[in-house]
Amino acid sequence: MMEVTSERRGDAVIVNTEGRVDGSNASDFQDAMEAAIGEDDAAVILNLAQLDYISSAGLRIILLSAKNLRQRDVQFAICSLSPSVHELFIISGFDQIIAIHSSADTALAALNG
Amino acid sequence: MTQESYKILVVDDEVDLEPLMLQRMRRDIRSGRYSFVFAHNGVEALEKLNEIDDIDMVLSDINMPQMDGLTLLEQIPTVDPNIKSVIVSAYGDMKNIRTAMNRGAFDFVTKPLDFTDLRITIERTLAHLTEWRAALASRDQLVSLQKELDVANKMQKSILPTRFPRKDDYEVFAHMEPARNVGGDFYDVINLENGRIGLCIADVSDKGVPAALFMMSSRTLLKGASIGCENPGDVLREVNDLLRETNDTEMFVTLLYGIYDPATGNFTYANGGHNEPLLIRPDGSSSLLPRTGGIILGVVPGMEFAHNTVNVGAGDTLFLYTDGVSEAMNVRAEEFGMERLAAIFAEVPPLDAEDTTMAVFKAVHTFAGETPQSDDITCLTLHRSESAS
Repeated sequence: MMEVTSERRGDAVIVNTEGRVDGSNASDFQDAMEAAIGEDDAAVILNLAQLDYISSAGLRIILLSAKNLRQRDVQFAICSLSPSVHELFIISGFDQIIAIHSSADTALAALNG
Repeated sequence: MTQESYKILVVDDEVDLEPLMLQRMRRDIRSGRYSFVFAHNGVEALEKLNEIDDIDMVLSDINMPQMDGLTLLEQIPTVDPNIKSVIVSAYGDMKNIRTAMNRGAFDFVTKPLDFTDLRITIERTLAHLTEWRAALASRDQLVSLQKELDVANKMQKSILPTRFPRKDDYEVFAHMEPARNVGGDFYDVINLENGRIGLCIADVSDKGVPAALFMMSSRTLLKGASIGCENPGDVLREVNDLLRETNDTEMFVTLLYGIYDPATGNFTYANGGHNEPLLIRPDGSSSLLPRTGGIILGVVPGMEFAHNTVNVGAGDTLFLYTDGVSEAMNVRAEEFGMERLAAIFAEVPPLDAEDTTMAVFKAVHTFAGETPQSDDITCLTLHRSESAS
């Protein structure tokens, strides 16, 4: 139901999450995020283009990741939200907590700039 | 079922309270459910707590000679951290109530004492105490996740009110059905000054005992902050900041809080990242309340929360819910969604808070069929009578 893959772009890593993240697999999501992020990565972009659904338990994992990365001085952004996930980010106010970009490229450009 | 027996320490410098309490609670004393111990100030109370090791809860006044109730609250955990306390305060004494809640009081009652309310508060405190002890036991032992979730579910149930206002001009009803593996919804109905009521619906991220304890804090802090506060935005700001202070695991709660004034029908609300309520007109048409911005509580300190006011007209219904309703799924992995929710009201325009609430549960169950419920489902309905003016 959920798959996490990653690709490197210079000193940034793009983490792609597909499927559904809810209370039943939130801890798997956390493990997969941690595994995808290397020690030397200077920036992490979470690409949610293929994410169908995320529950509050999944949002909490994103917050935890953002906090851990902030403590390590690693930049963090999210990109490519589907309309339904974007709606959820607006209702919960997540769009005010974490930088959101329309694509991985604009996210990279913003982080580098 | 054998009945549990509980020992309650009552701390008050008014000597008249002792005979009055024994008289008004005589049925519960005779049945063996409650036994009482009395002290007249904080110092005496601590002596009793040291002397008698099976006291379950403390009911304490605030203003007393030698040691006041707020100081006593700080001292109780040094004797036994698992004793639950209820504070008795003057009506509208927001500052002291807040301090008490921040120092770990479970609840409060106001003077003059209403013994029916007091008994309800005592029962809820004792029910919570039972679940609290079970939670601690499950934390200390190596228990299965399922056992831990059962404990968390019971703790959640213990804080939800089951009695609601039913007045001539308006009525409230709420219901929660827990999911087996995920949970964290709660609601509250809080009596405020001048006949107004505070309505809250909330959803804590995550599951298990840590989430249940976070839910407890949220509910307690909201109750403390809501008393005497006219602006729901200020209430959310305070709850958010206090939750943030003790939250290092990025847990959060989405919480909508509003104040309903029966005199005008006005509902003033602020939103901490929760789904907007629906306002349903007598003809069954409905619309979402305007967004006020606002983010989830417990994560970012120092946030401001805007508020908005809508008028609930005669015959209108206000419907608060959690995403367990809108995101319930059927066998084809389709979501219940807002259109199906609106269709329930369009088909049968609401006339009654309880019927409306239960009609939504029925529709969600019918839709979901055999698909297991993946999230708590919670609804809170306020219906204003046709005859209200």
